[in-house]
Amino acid sequence: MGEADFLELDGIVKRHGGRAALDGVGLRVTRGAFVALVGPSGSGKTTLLKTLNRLVEPDAGEVRLEGRDVRQTPPATLRRGIGYVFQGIGLFPHLDVAANIALPLRLAGVPGADREGRVAALLDLVALPRDFARRRPAALSGGQAQRVGLARALAAGPPLMLMDEPFGALDPVVRDELGRAYRALHERLGLTTIMVTHDMTEALLLADRIVVLIAGRIRADAAPAELMRRGGDAAVRALLDVPRRQAERLAALERAE
Amino acid sequence: MSPALRDALAALPELVRAHVLLSGAALLIAVAVGLPLALWAAGHRRARVPLLAAVSLVQTIPALALLALFYPMLLIVDRAAPLTLPALGFLPALIALSLYALLPIVRNAVAAREGLDPNVLEAADGVGMTRWQRLRLIELPLGAQVLLAGIRTAAVWTIGAATLATTVGQPSLGNLIFSGLQTEDWVRVLVGCAAAAALAILADLLLALIESGLARSAPRRTLSGAVLLALALVASQLSWPASAAHDRAVIGAKNFSEQYILAAALSDPLRAAGYGVETKEDLGSATAYRALAAGDLDAYVDYGGTLWANVLKRTDTPPAPVLRAALTRALARRDGVLVLGSLGFENAYALAMRRSRADALHVRTLDDLARAAPELRLGSDIEFLSRPEWRSVASAYGLRFAATPSYSPTFMYRAVADGSVDVISAFSSDGRLAALDLVTLADPRHALPSYEALLLVSPKRARDARFLVTLKPLVGAIPIDRMRAANLMVDRDADKQSPAEAARWLLRPKGQAGRRS
Repeated sequence: MGEADFLELDGIVKRHGGRAALDGVGLRVTRGAFVALVGPSGSGKTTLLKTLNRLVEPDAGEVRLEGRDVRQTPPATLRRGIGYVFQGIGLFPHLDVAANIALPLRLAGVPGADREGRVAALLDLVALPRDFARRRPAALSGGQAQRVGLARALAAGPPLMLMDEPFGALDPVVRDELGRAYRALHERLGLTTIMVTHDMTEALLLADRIVVLIAGRIRADAAPAELMRRGGDAAVRALLDVPRRQAERLAALERAE
Repeated sequence: MSPALRDALAALPELVRAHVLLSGAALLIAVAVGLPLALWAAGHRRARVPLLAAVSLVQTIPALALLALFYPMLLIVDRAAPLTLPALGFLPALIALSLYALLPIVRNAVAAREGLDPNVLEAADGVGMTRWQRLRLIELPLGAQVLLAGIRTAAVWTIGAATLATTVGQPSLGNLIFSGLQTEDWVRVLVGCAAAAALAILADLLLALIESGLARSAPRRTLSGAVLLALALVASQLSWPASAAHDRAVIGAKNFSEQYILAAALSDPLRAAGYGVETKEDLGSATAYRALAAGDLDAYVDYGGTLWANVLKRTDTPPAPVLRAALTRALARRDGVLVLGSLGFENAYALAMRRSRADALHVRTLDDLARAAPELRLGSDIEFLSRPEWRSVASAYGLRFAATPSYSPTFMYRAVADGSVDVISAFSSDGRLAALDLVTLADPRHALPSYEALLLVSPKRARDARFLVTLKPLVGAIPIDRMRAANLMVDRDADKQSPAEAARWLLRPKGQAGRRS
């Protein structure tokens, strides 16, 4: 085996009660990859994502980040080096937008004066007006709040981003817009991204690698085009058939005009 | 200004100081214990239900009983452990009030923690906060409002319940309320109640200011509330420095007028001799003696028959000189307590009737009474019917009444005066006997023991020659008629005097009490 990959998972097992949520998952992710973790509800994809920043500790198996077992780093320290964005967003309601975004910097010990400039740059990055800095989270729309959540996750400049249904609660237009905006940021900042979604279309259009998880096991792992072309077993094909059929019907509608 | 109001106001500053110190300390302890408990319970779901049940259980005990329970408990601890704990006064009151304040604090803290948005907590973990950072930066600020509401409730309760600390010998605003109730000095009662209410309202307002500052994220408002609160606390403590600088003597008193007067009569010469004097009023009979033996009191006046029956558990009734000599020997041997001497009068339990009623029924003695008793109602003070004296007299004469309601002493006299009861358990030194034209019934079978007023001194002070010399002149100095007159000055409805005034009258150089220089 040659040089270690950026992110390596070996034999990850996690049980909830008697049921195995993750049943021996192994995965290699290279630096700069954009991986979508796809699967039906309860397939274990969120649990798998959370083993990466130790929000979930697996019962067996090992997660290595840049060749180093994540268990060797205290959870808080580990998480400061990993961006985390999730559907619930979780902005701190008692802090304004600027303080929310600057919180990872504060934890990293960046002095207050330096934080202000960084907040402005981060607001630019997620395409929010700079005067949003003084707003309270309660005064933001869903899309704006998730842009702030994204800016907060990016604040400390982490090389790895974990995203759990990040755009799941947003309306379709905002969802599409934010998805594409994030994809651009991924390129520009040279990030490695693992994104959990149950929306196959979103995964196919955003990611450059799709990992399909069903009942705690990886059932397919391929680039979007390859996956569409070759499919997999019946369960994977069922997942792929939804966007395919939708696309065909939409195309048929357009031809009928 | 009326003398009663002047008296009450003069006592107020020192009592406010003690009251604020006690309730403030109790609240602080409850917060210091309650918050970590609640935090721990938040992480241990299974511990939460029993914890909340336990703190709720404490609440179901009446505050008065909770206070009273800590006295014997501390005595046991004191005997078991090598350290010496004061079983009377500040410590038991502090523990009881702290426990009492726990419920609202713990319950609200648990509620505050449960009310937090799980998404916010996940985000806090996700950005890499340690447990402590999450608590400080997220959980405390977001839960502060609910948390503080609990502390506000606890503060109001504690300030109210602290008035009951008087009953375990800790000075508080309850001193005014209890002694006022006893002597029917309503001005005193009102001053005590109003002061306690004012303290509670003030504390609530200042905490409300802090709470609203936290709710609106207005740090300046929060800070000003905290600063005002701190200033109020400091002001209550600083403006009247405690008089505890020099040798401090603690004088005890039980819960009736004669005891208040005698406590003042002991205090005055001690103060003149240079002692700092503190009085602990409204003590129960058993509590007072144990406190003296334990050294929490330096001196108080108790009655021969009471000690004979309650402390020595004797049921015989020897004549006064025999009883006094036997008590002196037994108490010295048992507890090192010194019986300095008899003050010169007796305050015996006696059964008394209105003269007109006694004449109508031809009752002169307890034998006569036994004959008429099944048709009559006996009014007694709260403890009389459970005392050995009652058992002794009841069995000696075969007394059986139609009804036996209990009253506080003041209301007992009211009841016999207005005919609600026919016979009462009176005290022979009570000024109201003559004032209400009551006759005491003779005890031909000598069923009631002698109740000479005896001056008792703690083991420590028994070796303090100056202390003994200062109090010695009181021995034999108070004849029964003078004590009755002094009691009546305090108990009568019109031209009422304070116990302190009555004590000064009692010690005035006109009678035998004039040996004070």
